[in-house]
Amino acid sequence: MVLEEVEREFSLGKKDAADGIPTYYCPGENLFPLMEKLKKDFEVLLDITAVDYLGKKEKRFEVVYHLLSLSGKMRVRVKVEVGEGEKIATLSSLWKNANWLEREVYDMFGIEFEGHPDLRRILLYPEFEGHPLRKDYPLKKSQPRIKLLRPERK
Amino acid sequence: MEKMLLNIGPSHPAMHGTIQIKVELDGERIIKADVEIGYLHRGFEKTAEHRTYMQVIPYTDRLNYVSPLLNNLAYAMAVEKLLGIEVPPRAQWLRMIFGEISRITDHLTCIAPIGMELGAFTVFLYAIKAREYLWDVLDATTGARLTTSYIRIGGVRADVPENFEDLMKKALAETRKSVRDIHGLLSRNPIFLKRTRGIGVVSQEDALSYGFTGPVLRSTGYYYDVRKAFPYLYYDEIDFEVPLGERGDNYDRYMVRMKEIEQSMRIIEQAMEKMEKGPVRNEDEVVEAYEAIKAAQEGKYREGKLKLNPNLEGMEKEVYHLIMARVPRYILPPKEDLYRTMEGMIRHFKLIMSGHGLRPPAGEVYVPVEGGNGELGFYIVSDGTDRPYRVHLRAPVFSIMSALAEMIEGHYIADVVPTFASLNMIGGELDR
Amino acid sequence: MKGENFVTTTVESLIGWARKYSIFQYPFVTACCGMEYMAAAASHFDIDRFGAGLTRFTPRQADVLFVVGTISHKLAPVLRRVYEQMTEPKWVVAFGTCTVTGGLYDNYATVQGIDAIIPVDIYIPGCPPRPETVLDALIKLQEKIRKEKQKWSLRK
Ligand code: SF4
Repeated sequence: MVLEEVEREFSLGKKDAADGIPTYYCPGENLFPLMEKLKKDFEVLLDITAVDYLGKKEKRFEVVYHLLSLSGKMRVRVKVEVGEGEKIATLSSLWKNANWLEREVYDMFGIEFEGHPDLRRILLYPEFEGHPLRKDYPLKKSQPRIKLLRPERK
Repeated sequence: MEKMLLNIGPSHPAMHGTIQIKVELDGERIIKADVEIGYLHRGFEKTAEHRTYMQVIPYTDRLNYVSPLLNNLAYAMAVEKLLGIEVPPRAQWLRMIFGEISRITDHLTCIAPIGMELGAFTVFLYAIKAREYLWDVLDATTGARLTTSYIRIGGVRADVPENFEDLMKKALAETRKSVRDIHGLLSRNPIFLKRTRGIGVVSQEDALSYGFTGPVLRSTGYYYDVRKAFPYLYYDEIDFEVPLGERGDNYDRYMVRMKEIEQSMRIIEQAMEKMEKGPVRNEDEVVEAYEAIKAAQEGKYREGKLKLNPNLEGMEKEVYHLIMARVPRYILPPKEDLYRTMEGMIRHFKLIMSGHGLRPPAGEVYVPVEGGNGELGFYIVSDGTDRPYRVHLRAPVFSIMSALAEMIEGHYIADVVPTFASLNMIGGELDR
Repeated sequence: MKGENFVTTTVESLIGWARKYSIFQYPFVTACCGMEYMAAAASHFDIDRFGAGLTRFTPRQADVLFVVGTISHKLAPVLRRVYEQMTEPKWVVAFGTCTVTGGLYDNYATVQGIDAIIPVDIYIPGCPPRPETVLDALIKLQEKIRKEKQKWSLRK
C-alpha cells in the first residue's frame, strides 16, 4: 500500500483521529511530492480546507486535505501547518478541482498557494477586505457594495 | 472573426439558483467560459462557529435545501462520532426512510427544471406533484415541509404518526405514477434526445480528477456510492442497486437520477418492512401539561399520561427511548420529565444554556453520507467547548461546478442550459 | 335608462380592479424559499387561480418583484439593478424571513432585510413560508393594489 511507502519515505508520524481516518502531518515543502505519490492510490481529492488556530498554535493555520481511494475504499487526511504570510504549494496540476478548492481557502483564510494559475476570490467579491473565516474577523462585520437605504444593524 | 462576450446570470430565467457564467462566443460556439459563484454565500461556516452544536442543525437544513434531511444526517452522524453515541435501531430505520424520501425529492427537483428548460413544462408539473405527496409524509411526521431539522444528535425528533404507512404508500404510488409519466414524456422523446445525448460529456478520468461523486460520477459508468462502499445506517442489510450510465452526458445524468428514484423507493419499502412496528400509543388518562408543572412546583408528582402540545406529537416518553439514544448527558429529556421532575428540568436547562450543553471531547471528524449530489461530508473540529471550533461542509456540487466551464467550452450556447440543469446546482450547498 | 343593466364606477377603481388581477411577476429566486415558490406556482397550489400565474422573465415586463431567498451582499447590486429596470407601477414582495430581516443569517455575508436595498410592499414570514401563506400574501397585495391611488395618464 502506498501509505506505508510514503510513511517511510517522508518519515511521517501517523495520528489516528476519532473517525479512524489515518492522519498525517506533513511539512510544507514536502507537500507536493507526497501528494504526487499518494495520487497513485488515492484518485480523488475530496476536499481542501483550513483551520485557524489563532493564539493556540505556533503556526497559525492548518490546511487540511482529504483524499479518497476508490479502489482501496479508504480515506486519508493530510495536514500542513502554515504560518501567517507563508505560502504553500498548489495541487492544481495534480487534481483539477484543486483550483477552486484552493481559491476558496485563499478567499476565506488568506492563505496563498504558490503557482496557482488563477488565485482570486471565489465566494466573496473583489472589494471585500479581510478573510472572514479567520478567528479575528468579527461575525457581523459586513461590507456592503452599494449604499444602503438604512443601516443594517442598530 | 469577431468575438462576442455574453453574460448569463446571476439573475437569469434558466439559471435556477444564482450563478454567473461569462462566455466568449464565436458565432454560437463558446470559446471560453468563466463561472462565477458565491452569490448565495451566507457565511454558514463562520456562523456555525458561533452556535452551539444543537443550534447548528437548522443551518444544515438550508445547505442543500432540496434534500435537507441528508444534510441533517451527515451533521448528526459527525457529532455522534465525536461523542461516541450509539443510535437506537428504530431511529436508524427512520433516518434511512426519511433520508431516501429526501433523495427522491432531490432528484425530482433536479429533473423538473431539466424538462422545463428544454420546453417540457408538463414534466415540471408532474415532478412537483409527486414531490407534494412526499412532502405530505414529511409534514405529518416532522411538522415541516422543507426545513425539517428532523434528524437530531442522538436520534430523530419524533416517531411517525399512526397513519404513516398509508401516507407513505400513497406517496410512493403517486411518485411511481409521475416517474412513469416523465419516462413517457422524455426518455424516448427525439427532441429531448437531440438536446441531451452527447452533450456535456465528461470522461471518467476527468470526473475523477474533478472530484465528482454521486449521480454525476456514476453517469460516466464509475461504480462508487458511499452507501455501498462505506455502509452506514443499515444500508448493508438492504437490497438495492446502484444505477450506472455509460457515456457521462446529459442524458445519462438524467437517466441515472430517474433510476435512482426507483431504487430509493425500493429501499423505503424494504425499510418499512424491516423496521419493527412502533408501540400503539394508548390514550387513557390524560393530564394537562400545566397541571403537571403546577404539581411539580409543589413538590408532587402528577401520575398519568401527559397531554402534549400537538407539535410535540411522536415525542411521548413511551416512544422516546426508541428514537433517541439513551445518553441523558447528550440528549434533551422527554417533555414528561421536563414538566414533572427537577432532574429533567436541570438537564434541559443545562443542555440549552450557553456555556454548558453538548461538549464533545477535543478532536476532529470527517463523516460522509451519500447526498443527493454525491459524497456529502462534514468536517468538524472540536476544542472541547460547547461550540464547534470549525465546521466545514464537503459539498459535492462544489467540485462538480468547477468542471462546468470545461464542460460547456466548445459547445453551442444553447447547450449551456441543459448541461447546467443536469448538474443540479444547489446554491446553498455550493456557496454555503 | 329603464330596464338596462349598468355599472357605475370611477376610472380609478376600475384600473385598480384590473391591475389587481393581472399581476405579471418576476421571480428573483436565490435559495431554499425557491422550493416553496415552485410549489406555490405548480398545479397543487396553483397561484394562477389568483391571477398571478404569468411569470415574466424580464423585469421590464413585470409588475411585481418576488424576492425569494437570501440576498447576500454580493448579490445586492444585482437586485437593485433589477428593481430599477422595472417600469412603474411596481410592487415588491419579500418572500421568507431572510428577505424580511436576514433571518437565520445574522452575519457578514447576508443583507439584513432587503428593505435596506429596495422598498418593500408585502412581507411574507416563514422559513420557508408555506404555500398557503404565499397565497394569503398575494391576496393582501391585491387588496393593496386595489386601494392604492392609481398612477395613470392618457397622455404620453
Ligand atoms: S427564509 Fe429560510 S427557507 Fe427562505 S431562503 Fe431564508 S433560510 Fe432559506
